[in-house]
Amino acid sequence: MEHFSIKNTGSTAAKTPPLEGGGASLSTKSLSIGYAKGKFKTPVQSDLNLELFPGEMVCLIGPNGSGKSTLMRTLSGVQKLLDGKIMLDNKEISKYSQKELALKIALVLTDRVDVENATVRDIVALGQHPYTHWLGGMSEKGKQKINEAIRLTHLEHKKFNFINELSDGEKQRVMIAKALAQDTPFIFLDEPTAHLDLPSRVDIMLLLHKLAHTTGKAILISTHELDLALQAGDRIWLMSEHGGVKSGVPEDLVLNGTFNRVFENDAYYFNTTNGNFSMNYPMTKKVNVVGDKTRIYWTFRALARIGISVEPDAETLITINNDGWNMNSQTYKTIESLLKALSDSSLSGKT
Amino acid sequence: MKETETAYYSQNSSLFLRLFGISIALIIHFLLDLAWGSIRIPIAEVISTFSGNGSNEIHSEILVNFRLPKAITAMLAGSALSVAGLMMQTLFRNPLADPYVLGVSSGASLGAALVMMSTGVIVGSASSWIVVVAAIAGAALVMMLVVGVSFKVQSAVSLLIVGIMLGTIVSSIVGVLQYFSNPDAIKLFIMWNLGSLSAVTWEHLRILTPIILIGLFLAFSLQRRLDGLLLGENYAKGLGISIIQTRILIVITTSLLAGAVTAFTGPIGFIGIAVPHIARGIFKTSNHNTLIPASILLGAILILICDIVSQIPTYTLPINTISSLFGAPVIIWIILKKTP
Repeated sequence: MEHFSIKNTGSTAAKTPPLEGGGASLSTKSLSIGYAKGKFKTPVQSDLNLELFPGEMVCLIGPNGSGKSTLMRTLSGVQKLLDGKIMLDNKEISKYSQKELALKIALVLTDRVDVENATVRDIVALGQHPYTHWLGGMSEKGKQKINEAIRLTHLEHKKFNFINELSDGEKQRVMIAKALAQDTPFIFLDEPTAHLDLPSRVDIMLLLHKLAHTTGKAILISTHELDLALQAGDRIWLMSEHGGVKSGVPEDLVLNGTFNRVFENDAYYFNTTNGNFSMNYPMTKKVNVVGDKTRIYWTFRALARIGISVEPDAETLITINNDGWNMNSQTYKTIESLLKALSDSSLSGKT
Repeated sequence: MKETETAYYSQNSSLFLRLFGISIALIIHFLLDLAWGSIRIPIAEVISTFSGNGSNEIHSEILVNFRLPKAITAMLAGSALSVAGLMMQTLFRNPLADPYVLGVSSGASLGAALVMMSTGVIVGSASSWIVVVAAIAGAALVMMLVVGVSFKVQSAVSLLIVGIMLGTIVSSIVGVLQYFSNPDAIKLFIMWNLGSLSAVTWEHLRILTPIILIGLFLAFSLQRRLDGLLLGENYAKGLGISIIQTRILIVITTSLLAGAVTAFTGPIGFIGIAVPHIARGIFKTSNHNTLIPASILLGAILILICDIVSQIPTYTLPINTISSLFGAPVIIWIILKKTP
């Protein structure tokens, strides 16, 4: 399992006071979401009491089928709620017209954007749509908003490139820039890192985190990237199947065991030591390992894969030193050669 | 920052330069179209006739009462079909959409046929507006069917096939109608259905022109929403665009444009599909505030070229034959380009 750490560069983590959108609020009261066909209602989640704060990035995570997309769609006013209330700036969300809602919430969706001959600026400029009249004249302030959105998403050098020439990561940044240009207090993003390579995923998460802090917008994203969400999210909405949504700071949810309960499974477990999912390999043999921390960690992982657990009472001892891995007075330069030697030898079984 | 701003302004000025160039080309083709025909009239004489110094009475009679209404009809038809095609391509997010291919023109034919064969009214007589209204209603009917189908069918080529089938069904109904009609009505209808620009008189233009102008005005008023629709309907909703209202307005606009043109000239194929692509190619943009005027100008030019070409043989060829000759290869080219 890949694991990327987000470096704390100080500037991104420092909490700056919200510049705009201050006072904007979105909250749910005994919200029930799901699907309705006529009078027949199929609730996916019920009794949700959630709140979004300005200047915060919230990551909505949960197993597939727990209703992440349904919640996102309901909160953005696309899907009707089954019961309860969603209050947006002290007014029920159902009372907003399409146009009023576009001034409050900007969306980044999973829909493929494939427009021929459209430049980055053209797409970002669409974010200003709710502010322009039918002939499309744009104010100086609108142009400034567009330029600012392009600057914040680091797309200045691509401003006049066609979006079909961009990489997937850059395209996603264009859609985020469009949402910024919409100048709303809330931005909702549905799986913004899906289909991206790992560096782009980290890049997008960092960017969103930074934007929440520098612009004071409330940013809500749904994601499958648990380790990135744990690192970048100011708050986690952890959704379990029919078990409601637990809201909290990521570290609290890890330490009080909520994470483990939601993602319990035979094949893997949530490793509270490193914030990763670890696979549950069937362990049949055991060894003991001593040495430096980093190499012990990676040796653990390699051994687990071939079904060997590391336990202090094991007969075989592997010592990691400057020469490499030492076992039975034999030195191995690489983990690969060590693994080969281990699979050839007969170890005592796991008790 | 400075450099990109300059790039933006130079892009803007080259936009006007290109629009200007195309306008000049339109004027040239307009004059050529007036000069060309079974009787060739020198362009110098064409110009002098319209400045009131015409010396040849037969020539000025031909110019004023035949060639001028024909050229104006051509330009109106080309502009209307191109803008309708552009709007349909954006609405369906389908590069292959246009009124002819998706059966909207056939719907207009059906509407016109119903009136012509049941009442014997033809376009041009006092009650010809009935035919026009029927054609627009027929176009709107097929357009709504295609919109309905487009919810289910995602693939561009599949929608194209469904459109062709709808067109075939509608044409078959027209065929059945012909079977039960009297020979005089059928003859009238067949003449009309071949498609002709020269059958349109000043009288007709008095009905056609305002309808097309209203349609083009509606198209201009929808340009911002059309831009939003490029991202797909979900994103458009998020931008505050009312999808249902926009869809209705696009159906009305395209039906007015394609229906009215078809009522007067008969079906003209492929102009609507080819011109928006030419406009995108020349202007390298997706913005409808550029593409709509570009489609109007380029549509007018392309159909004037078709008309000039159709005059080359001794007998005037039906305009639909020539436009298909130009347009059908464009569809093949788009499919080849889209297929990896």
